[in-house]
Amino acid sequence: MIFSTKPEMATQEIQPNETLTNLKAESDTLKTKLEDERAKLHDVELHQVAEKVDGLGQFIMKTRRTLKGHGNKVLCMDWCKDKRRIVSSSQDGKVIVWDAFTTNKEHAVTMPCTWVMACAYAPSGCAVACGGLDNKCSVYPLSLDKNENLAAKKKSVAMHTNYLSACSFTNSDMQILTSSGDGTCALWDVESGQLLQSFHGHAADVLCLDLAPSETGNTFVSGGCDKKANVWDMRSGQCIQSFETHESDINSVRYYPSGDAFASGSDDATCRLYDLRADREVAIYSKESIIFGASSVDFSLSGRLLFGGYNDYTINVWDVLKGTRVSILFGHENRVSTLRLSPDGTAFCSGSWDHTLRIWA
Amino acid sequence: GASFGTGMERVIVAMQDPDMGMKMRNQRLLITVIPHAMTGNDVIEWLIQKYNITEEEARHLGGLLVQYGYIYPLREPRSLLLRSDDSPYRFQTPYFWTSSRWPATELDYAIYLAKKNIRKQGELVDYEKENYSILHKRINHTWDFVVMQAREQLRASKQRRKADRIVLECQEQAYWLINKPCVNMPLYYHYTTLGRNRVKSSICLESFMKYSEQYLHHDPIMSGCLPSNPWISDDTSHWTINTDMVGIPTRLRVERWSFSFMELLNDSMGRREFMIYLEKEFSAENLCFWVACEDLRHGESSKIILKVEEVYKNFLAPGAARWVNIDSKTMERTLEGIKRPHRFIMDDAQMHIYFLMKKYSYPRYLKSELYKNMLAKAIVPQETKKSVFPFMRRQRHSSPSPAMVTQATEDDGKAKGAGPTGTSSTTNSQI
Repeated sequence: MIFSTKPEMATQEIQPNETLTNLKAESDTLKTKLEDERAKLHDVELHQVAEKVDGLGQFIMKTRRTLKGHGNKVLCMDWCKDKRRIVSSSQDGKVIVWDAFTTNKEHAVTMPCTWVMACAYAPSGCAVACGGLDNKCSVYPLSLDKNENLAAKKKSVAMHTNYLSACSFTNSDMQILTSSGDGTCALWDVESGQLLQSFHGHAADVLCLDLAPSETGNTFVSGGCDKKANVWDMRSGQCIQSFETHESDINSVRYYPSGDAFASGSDDATCRLYDLRADREVAIYSKESIIFGASSVDFSLSGRLLFGGYNDYTINVWDVLKGTRVSILFGHENRVSTLRLSPDGTAFCSGSWDHTLRIWA
Repeated sequence: GASFGTGMERVIVAMQDPDMGMKMRNQRLLITVIPHAMTGNDVIEWLIQKYNITEEEARHLGGLLVQYGYIYPLREPRSLLLRSDDSPYRFQTPYFWTSSRWPATELDYAIYLAKKNIRKQGELVDYEKENYSILHKRINHTWDFVVMQAREQLRASKQRRKADRIVLECQEQAYWLINKPCVNMPLYYHYTTLGRNRVKSSICLESFMKYSEQYLHHDPIMSGCLPSNPWISDDTSHWTINTDMVGIPTRLRVERWSFSFMELLNDSMGRREFMIYLEKEFSAENLCFWVACEDLRHGESSKIILKVEEVYKNFLAPGAARWVNIDSKTMERTLEGIKRPHRFIMDDAQMHIYFLMKKYSYPRYLKSELYKNMLAKAIVPQETKKSVFPFMRRQRHSSPSPAMVTQATEDDGKAKGAGPTGTSSTTNSQI
């Protein structure tokens, strides 16, 4: 979907002497109208359309690698474009770069703060970004000289007024998108540390973000403690779509591979699917037996499967189309805090408060 | 002088031409007389005459001029419609033109709200009150500056004649109505969302079926991968046969180029093949232009001006070596915008060329001998048989780090082939 970067056309009529009660009533009427409009086009449910699709057979995925080395809770991880390396960050301030295939550690940095809640691998594979309670996002170029202190070349890029919850490079090493406990997201120029655009609209901490894989490459989605998932135009800073159906904090958002939808994971123990063209929630992935929050979600390459890491130490695998759970994966000994599919879809990695990361395939 | 960025601005300038422009007169607004104004009817009539168009088209064009803030209504300033009656309108000063003031900053908006608040208690409407308190909280550290600026501007405006003051206030109000930063979700958001084009569920959901089906065999977790999944078998062949520089690609990979234009461009081998095809068709400049625009959009801020100059020189200047064929409107707009270069200045042109390639060159490429040959010679790897000795685990080999590959390139000054990572140091990776 191509969003115009021109200003929205406002055609409302607001009389100068309108009272607060009138405006509130007007707002409520509009919200109802909006739901009606959305509902008019909702002529069928996803699982109904999916009836004609074959069900999934027995599903076997196992832990293929266990990465041990963090001294405390693993909070975040990201894959390198080479499909085998990863970067992970933990509560004790350590950021580690691994070759997950051999399980060798290749680089390690100790951050000056604890709770490094966000980390990201640069597209070139030559740097990593990370941050957390220091309210910053810093970029470390990866040096192959084992004697070199990585921290010496550290570059401070982003500056928020509260903790950094997530970060992601955009299509190049030159720009970073961040989200923060200060309620905003921001786009930064890495070289100069300049703020390029800020995104205001969440009413509370922003916990997660994901960049859209669209042709025009101009949007991203964020989720927050205000239970909202917002879609943003990176160029104008405007919020162009907003979804509020979760009943608690949204911990994770991830685009469906085509870019036409995104999934969310929340403390309300559900994952949901939102379609951007229909402008509504189209599926809820939940079970009565799942009562702990979902911390992180990602799709398989074809978008048929949704992997959810939960606070009850498990990973649930969902059939995106039919809405059913196809498998539950045990292994971690504490909360699953982070989960991402590898760039070529051959595996996914989960990180946990049990200090380890696991590769599943 | 003012720079005329857009087609709309061109119209506005024509409307204000002393000889052929609109006949303006004094319009009455309550008890004040506003000079240099015109009626909605006047605007429509003039447009019909000048451009030899129908009334319907004139209303549409005139409506756009109002909605984008080039003309604003004196009566009912929040109703941004062009009425075909004697409702009075006025030209917005170029200072406030949407194109020249993009993007509106929060600071400016805060100053505007503070001014309104100081000028008359209770003058802020509810969403403005909301925005005011949000901004007050958010940019609290600069609030002294905001109030000071607001007071200064009010003091300066008191020195003007009442008619001028009203005009300026109207201009400002009109500007902020259109350009206010999205501070939170004010009422107008609901109006704009109501107007959004939505797609029926059945159509959206059908597309999920199609997508999953199309990509089913490309999804290693769903369908396995050949010769084997490296994480399961410890054999990295699957990665080595899919690298960037591999001689012969796999069949699945080449098939995927046909799924969408984006898939073709996202694979560096696919992009190379497409470039070869375009060279045969003498339209390679389109892809080169698109790549240069991507580099501009995602590159360092410090290199923007230089890159814009390069793009202009190579692709847009008259007689440029790789001149791209953009429609005249987009070209005009882009050339004007280049005078004040920023990272998005090529967006319109880039999108135009992208969709040109997508609509014409891409489908032709898929039907070409070049593509068909590639598909025919593409390999389908043999599935690795399970080891005869199941207890003997394969040795897991290391691979060169992408950081090392690039460093080596910098050290030697030679372009080395990319390692198994598939990342070339000269291209920006696309997602």
